[in-house]
Amino acid sequence: MRADKGTGLALRYVAAVAVTIVFLFPIYWLASISFKTPDEIFASPPAWWPEQIQFANYAVLFKDGDVVTIWNSLVIASVSTVCAMLLGTMCAYSIARFRTGGNLFSDWIISNRMIPPIVIVFPVFLLYVRLGWVDTYIGLIVLYTAFNLPYVIWMMRGYIQDIPLELEESALVDGCTRWQVFWKVVLPMARGGLFATAVFTFVFAWNEFIFALVLTRSEVTTFPVQVTHYFGGQSNFWAKIAAMSMLGTVPIFIAVALLQRFLVRGISLGAVKG
Amino acid sequence: MVSGGGGSAVALAPGRLADRNFKYYMIFPAVLVILLIGLFPVIYTLIISFQNLTMMDEDTSFHGLMHYRALFEDARFWESLLHTFIFVAVALPAELLLGLAMAYLFLERLPGRQIFVALLVLPVVTSPIIAGATWRLLFDNQFGPINQILGWFAGEPVPIIWLVDPNFVYPAILIAEIWQWTPFMFLLLLAALSNVDKSQTEAAELDGASFLRTFRLIVLPAIWPVMAIAVLIRALDLFRLFDVVWALTRGGPGTSTETISIYAYVAGFQQFETSYTAAMAFVVIVILAVSITLVLRRLEIDR
Repeated sequence: MRADKGTGLALRYVAAVAVTIVFLFPIYWLASISFKTPDEIFASPPAWWPEQIQFANYAVLFKDGDVVTIWNSLVIASVSTVCAMLLGTMCAYSIARFRTGGNLFSDWIISNRMIPPIVIVFPVFLLYVRLGWVDTYIGLIVLYTAFNLPYVIWMMRGYIQDIPLELEESALVDGCTRWQVFWKVVLPMARGGLFATAVFTFVFAWNEFIFALVLTRSEVTTFPVQVTHYFGGQSNFWAKIAAMSMLGTVPIFIAVALLQRFLVRGISLGAVKG
Repeated sequence: MVSGGGGSAVALAPGRLADRNFKYYMIFPAVLVILLIGLFPVIYTLIISFQNLTMMDEDTSFHGLMHYRALFEDARFWESLLHTFIFVAVALPAELLLGLAMAYLFLERLPGRQIFVALLVLPVVTSPIIAGATWRLLFDNQFGPINQILGWFAGEPVPIIWLVDPNFVYPAILIAEIWQWTPFMFLLLLAALSNVDKSQTEAAELDGASFLRTFRLIVLPAIWPVMAIAVLIRALDLFRLFDVVWALTRGGPGTSTETISIYAYVAGFQQFETSYTAAMAFVVIVILAVSITLVLRRLEIDR
């Protein structure tokens, strides 16, 4: 019986390792290409690891100035995250504590998250042409703020509902204004949820492709769009594809590793409170 | 565990007049911004779908249902819908079943489980366009490892041209898609399974119930709320599938893997058929609104 359990665990362990290897292999392959020399990248049969770690592929991106697309992504994702968090948390507080608009309003909010981006970006593009907002920071920041707001509201509503009411009531009795209660009592109490939601909001904006594809030309190109610029009839740019992808992906991996505790709740739109 | 609507009681009783309007001040800026994606696109696409705009021609006269009629007769439109449904119909069950199997694998005690889970989530947070780019490199017929690995099993070189061969382009896209999103299902189902009452499943097993029977009668009802939401989120994502296909094939070869999102992009931004694209976008909105309403009603009844 005991031996059975031991064998069962060993088998499951082997299976777990095998599954993990399968799922991580593509990421490993991308990383390995980013460190390979051209000869190694275009070896047939493929070389499974670089002979030595060298950063020439990354250096080229810095030398040619392609990394400015990482900067563009950083500006757009950061500013839109701050905007969405501020407006969204205000709205979430109103809904969580005063049931503003009732269930219908909440349902309307989240339904905006479900509209396909292509349906949104087409009329928005026509509008932006008139406003002169195509290929500008402001254009993408406003659109990402709008697109992420439903997510922020939905998530923060849940986190605020988890906070006990007593503190807010006693703060009101002590003579705080509503706004002070929100700013000085509620926000500090919700900081865990605020942080987690902000990171996910940032990741959505950082990873987004269609809006950026349509609404950028050359001035504010984001890194996912830049990666697709390297696709060509000839596959000479593999090193650039891999290096740029790594630059855009590794920071996200680190950020997500920091909030394991909030992960399931974050990606399930709050459906699972993990 | 599952957060419904409503929420905590209205305990902060309104006081002065300024206080009474506070809740509306708080939602106003957010609502204003959301209208940019929530209301404006719907109205604006509807209006221009009745006109005859192209990117070169500002013909704003009323053309009625002309574009909708053309859309109805456009084989490429119907095919793109069909392709989209193929992706949904294959990827969704595959991700669900694989995710469920993985969740069971990691459900019981396993040394280093936290680390495994932390690693398995990485595909989910990767940009879909980067995921597509990565698989593009993996599937390369000459310099990619996939043909090489298949060659080891076949015992001879495998020359599959994954992204061009009509027989292999769908499997290639589906593999990339399933790779990226199975961990999503896995994480949610693992969380749901962990919350199932152990004593009930154990009692059922002692009574001699088979695994499938226990699953159907005890586990499934318990994980259903989470599973339904996971499936709904993925179904909506798959319906608007764009990035992975764009990175791998751009809808090709020809138009054979074109999804509805890709066709709308091509029509709007490469063929510059403004009003026609608007009609297409509006049809997509209607399809989505109808199916979401039906699904939600269905879920409501099951509850």
